[in-house]
Amino acid sequence: MYPADFRYTKDHEWVQIAGSIGTIGITDYAQHALGDVVFVELPKVGAKVKEGDVLGTVESVKAVSEVFSPLSGEISEVNSDLSTAPEKINQDPHRSAWLAKIKIENASEASKLMDAKAYTEYVAEKEKEQTA
Amino acid sequence: MVDFGGWDMPVEYSGILAEHEAVRTRVGLFDVSHMGEIEITGAHALALVQYVTCNDASKLAVGQAHYSGLMTPKGTFVDDLLVHKFSDTHYFLCVNASNQDRDYAHIVEHNKFGATVDNAGGRYAQIAIQGPRALELLQRLTETPLDTIKYYWFTRGNVEAVRCIIARTGYTGEDGFEIYFAPEFAEKLWDTLMDSGQDLGVMACGLGARNTLRLEAGMALYGHEIDETTTPWEANLGWICKVDKGDFLGRDVIVKQKASGITRILAGFQMESRLIARDGYTVLDGERAIGTVTSGGPAPFLKKNIGFAYVPPATNKPGTKIGIEVRSQTAPAKIVGVPFYKRAK
Repeated sequence: MYPADFRYTKDHEWVQIAGSIGTIGITDYAQHALGDVVFVELPKVGAKVKEGDVLGTVESVKAVSEVFSPLSGEISEVNSDLSTAPEKINQDPHRSAWLAKIKIENASEASKLMDAKAYTEYVAEKEKEQTA
Repeated sequence: MVDFGGWDMPVEYSGILAEHEAVRTRVGLFDVSHMGEIEITGAHALALVQYVTCNDASKLAVGQAHYSGLMTPKGTFVDDLLVHKFSDTHYFLCVNASNQDRDYAHIVEHNKFGATVDNAGGRYAQIAIQGPRALELLQRLTETPLDTIKYYWFTRGNVEAVRCIIARTGYTGEDGFEIYFAPEFAEKLWDTLMDSGQDLGVMACGLGARNTLRLEAGMALYGHEIDETTTPWEANLGWICKVDKGDFLGRDVIVKQKASGITRILAGFQMESRLIARDGYTVLDGERAIGTVTSGGPAPFLKKNIGFAYVPPATNKPGTKIGIEVRSQTAPAKIVGVPFYKRAK
C-alpha cells in the first residue's frame, strides 16, 4: 500500500527523495479521510518553505486540509494538472497526483520522517482509535 | 462514523458526490433515526403548539404538516421543526436530534395549557427516501397510493407490513418521503428498501450528502443559519412567522423588529473564482467586514461553490459583488437568489 521508497509525516504527507529533489504528496489514508477532493491550492514555483510550513491546501466536499512541507527547501515544480483534475488525488495519491517538487535544503531532516513500515503502523493505530 | 448528538452516523457511504448525484437523478436513502420526535396531545394540544411555535398550526388539516420554528421569548430559534397534525388533539413534532431534550424541556416549561407533552424520540426510527424515483421505490413496498399524498401531507400505512407514518416531506430539494416507524423494524426496512431499489440505482446516503443537498436546495440548518440569536425576519423565514395568529413566544419582539427593521439578513451567494467559502469565513465589502458565512461549500449538482451568509440588508440584492476572505485572500463572489437549485416540476 505505502511505497517503501517514500518517507512519511504524522500529518499524512509523503516525500520521495531522488538526489537533491523531493517529490511531495498526500497519502492514501489522507485522501480517504478527506473524501471527494474538489480543489487544490499549490505553492508558487520558487517559494522557499521550511519543514512544517503550509505548502498548499487540499479541499474535499466536506473539509479543508492544509498540506505541510515534510522538508525545507525551494519549490522547483508544481503539479498543475491538479487544478483542473483535483479528483486525481483520490484516484492516484501516491503517483500521478503528487503536489509539488522541492529542492532539498537540508537532507538530514529526512531522518526524522517515518519509513513505510512505521507509517503503516501509525495509520493502523489511527484507524483503531476511530473505530474504538 | 462521527458522533452526531450521541448517534454514531456515517458521513458518507460511497462518497458525497456520488450520493448527492443519486438523490438528484435517481433515489437515495437516509437513515435519519437520530431525528427527534415530540408528541403533544390533549384538549389543549393546539393551544400549546400555537404558543411555542411561530407558524399557524390552526391552519393545518388532519394529515397535513408544515415547517415552523420553536421560539424563545426573545423571538429567536430554539429549533426548527416539522409540525404534523394527527388529529385536533394530537400533534407530532419532528425536531433536530441534538436539540431534542432542550426542545422538550422548553415546551414543558411553557405548557401553561395542561397539554400532555411526550418526548417520543425513542419510539421512532425514520428513513428518508429522496429523489425523482423515490415514489417508484417506496410504492413497491406499500399498498398506500403514494401519488395521492400531496407535498407536506402524510398518511398512516404499511410498508412491508410495518406500520408507518408516510410523509411526503424531505430535506433535499427533491420529491420524496420520510417514513416513521418502530425502531425494531429499522434494519429490516432499510435492507428491503436497498434491495428493491437496486435496479433504480438506489444509494445509501450519509450526513455529508444530506448537508450538500439541503444547502443546494437553500434550506437552513440549525446551528448554522438559525440559532438562539437569529429571528425569523433575519433568517428570511418570515413565511413561517404568522404574527396575526395570536400570542406566541417572542411575538412582541418579532412584531417590534418588523417595524424597526433588521440590521442583517441571510443571503445566498455564489463564488466567482474556484475558491470555496466555508462556515465562519468573513464576508467583505472592499476591505470592510460586513458579515459571516453560515454554511459554504461545493454545490455538486450545480457545479458551483455556494453558501449562505448574514449581510446588511442593503447588500442583499442579486448581483451585488461581495468578497469572501479565504486564507487571507479576498475571493470574489456575488449575491444570488435562493434556492440555488430548484427541481423541475
